[in-house]
Amino acid sequence: MLISRLCRVGFQVAKELSRGGYAYMSRSRYTQRHCCQYQWSTLELLPETRAFQGSIFQKHHGFSTSASDGASAGADEEKGTIPVTFVSKDGEEIPIQVPIGMSMLEAAHENDIELEGACEGLLACSTCHVIVMDMEYYNKLEDPADEENDMLDLAFGLTET
Amino acid sequence: MAIFGARRVLWRSFSTISSHPLRVCIVGSGPAGFYTAEKILKTHQGSQVDIIDRLPTPYGLVRSGVAPDHPETKNVINQFSRVAQNGRCSFLGNVALGYSISLVELRELYHVVVLAYGAESDRVVGIPGEDLKGVHSAREFVWWYNGHPYGRNLDPDLKNTDTAVILGQGNVALDVARILLRPTSELAITDIASHALTALEQSSIRKVYLVGRRGPVQAACTAKELREVLGIKDLYIHIKETDLKITPADEEEMKNSRIHRRIYELLSKAATAGPSQPSSGQRELHFVFFRQPDRFLESYDKKGYVSGVHLEKTTLKGIGYGKQIAIGTGQFENLSCGIVLKSIGYKSVPVDDLPFDNQKGVVPNVKGRILSDNSGDPTSIENGLYVCGWLKRGPTGIIATNLYCAEETVASLSEDLELGVLASTTRLPKLGRDGLLQILDNRNVRVVPFSAWERIDKEEKRLGSLRNKPREKLTSWEELLKVAGSE
Repeated sequence: MLISRLCRVGFQVAKELSRGGYAYMSRSRYTQRHCCQYQWSTLELLPETRAFQGSIFQKHHGFSTSASDGASAGADEEKGTIPVTFVSKDGEEIPIQVPIGMSMLEAAHENDIELEGACEGLLACSTCHVIVMDMEYYNKLEDPADEENDMLDLAFGLTET
Repeated sequence: MAIFGARRVLWRSFSTISSHPLRVCIVGSGPAGFYTAEKILKTHQGSQVDIIDRLPTPYGLVRSGVAPDHPETKNVINQFSRVAQNGRCSFLGNVALGYSISLVELRELYHVVVLAYGAESDRVVGIPGEDLKGVHSAREFVWWYNGHPYGRNLDPDLKNTDTAVILGQGNVALDVARILLRPTSELAITDIASHALTALEQSSIRKVYLVGRRGPVQAACTAKELREVLGIKDLYIHIKETDLKITPADEEEMKNSRIHRRIYELLSKAATAGPSQPSSGQRELHFVFFRQPDRFLESYDKKGYVSGVHLEKTTLKGIGYGKQIAIGTGQFENLSCGIVLKSIGYKSVPVDDLPFDNQKGVVPNVKGRILSDNSGDPTSIENGLYVCGWLKRGPTGIIATNLYCAEETVASLSEDLELGVLASTTRLPKLGRDGLLQILDNRNVRVVPFSAWERIDKEEKRLGSLRNKPREKLTSWEELLKVAGSE
């Protein structure tokens, strides 16, 4: 099941829960527009690995998110949404439906999940930068733009991915 | 008092140490103050937080420091205003520590006082001629174009010369260069103060020199700002290629710092990218490296006015830990100009009754807990007194740096509450806001609460809309207090 291309604003998260391996990604995405939209990148999911997770560096709670592909239960093709689960540092799981085209930051705020976003998605700070847990997924994404890397220069807890 | 371990303790419960609500006063309403308030309100559910600021307007440098052409950076104001609108939080403007109220009095009124008043002064170059007319601090220049009430009378002369020299190559230096060189039509639709816009429209400055003591690898600016200034339309950029030569020590520095590596790459590209000469009438930006100011030169025709800077060439010397400093070589040269802007660092101002480390420009502290003296003895703590932001760490970092700074300070506070360190004060009720307002009323201090700031905000936006600007700032105390007080 393909997931349509990831567009960029604020940041994106992608990670595949593979049989054991985790890797980290840290990047944010840039767009000329000020509205928040994203779509998922084209990820070829192996049949046995349906879910993927990302870890978002976050102010009090180490939230992580997971989303499953369309083949498994959850993706609502009619409404064009994808299920995403935010996992707090305490282990509390908050499953939400995120419309394709919406950024994680906006999705979190719309669902009263606290994520720091000082510039509100305009690529003018680094408070919402993400770490992608899986190197393979990280590599499937496009390289960060210069403007994104400029913000990442200043990010707290920057990692290779 | 003993120092407790480095572990961070997250609190969601009521402050169970005392049955009295925790009353906190934060001095300073910039990012450090607001992030601290937000964290305390969230972590200590029964707490009441008051934020005082000597200006009638909140937000500190987000309002008076961030450049007018960087509106996205100011979006964090939305988050801060939600904090101020929390029922347990009050913003009290026009209340000055040391004038309207003393630190001793605040410690009587509140269980906890957090100092977050930043840095309102400058590092001094300390060379002859520093008080010549035309030599200004970049901090005051920024206050001037940002409409700070204390910057309004700066009145820099931008018409007597075509050359400005900026000492320093950090982000503030780049901001100042950019404001001097950007087409004023682009500035006219920002929230720049109108007195500054008028002066810039009449400015004869066409060349700006950014002078740094060390090399491109050590430049203190960050990539976004550098990229922006290098991208100004129709601007001739000059960087001497010989300055780009790097040593093994430079390579080591770059290996350890992503920021410095990328800055060096940007500067190298810019050095070779453009034409080798400016076209006629084109504005110019020159990056000058390995030069430190020896003295400011006085004009022959206009006594008392600056006419240039006497610069000494420098070379770098390693002092261990991958750090290199500039040392003079004894070779000199002059750089003529009609205005100098010193952008070598902000500095905090000490307050009565508090120790102060004059060298670092901070209040001595351990993880935000203020120490009783300058000795550095980590066990002599002033109970109930904390610090956050530039006053704690020195004047570096971005807005978001205060996020982590506030987390650390509030974690120290929470730890102290949990372990009973503050029990002697928290077991008593404190007058807090009511007590403070009573004293201020007795002293005829016109407190500006958040609702009054909202009136100022609305008026500024209204005035701005008449001129196609996001806001037209009110820049005098009288205007600000008048609008604040009106119904």
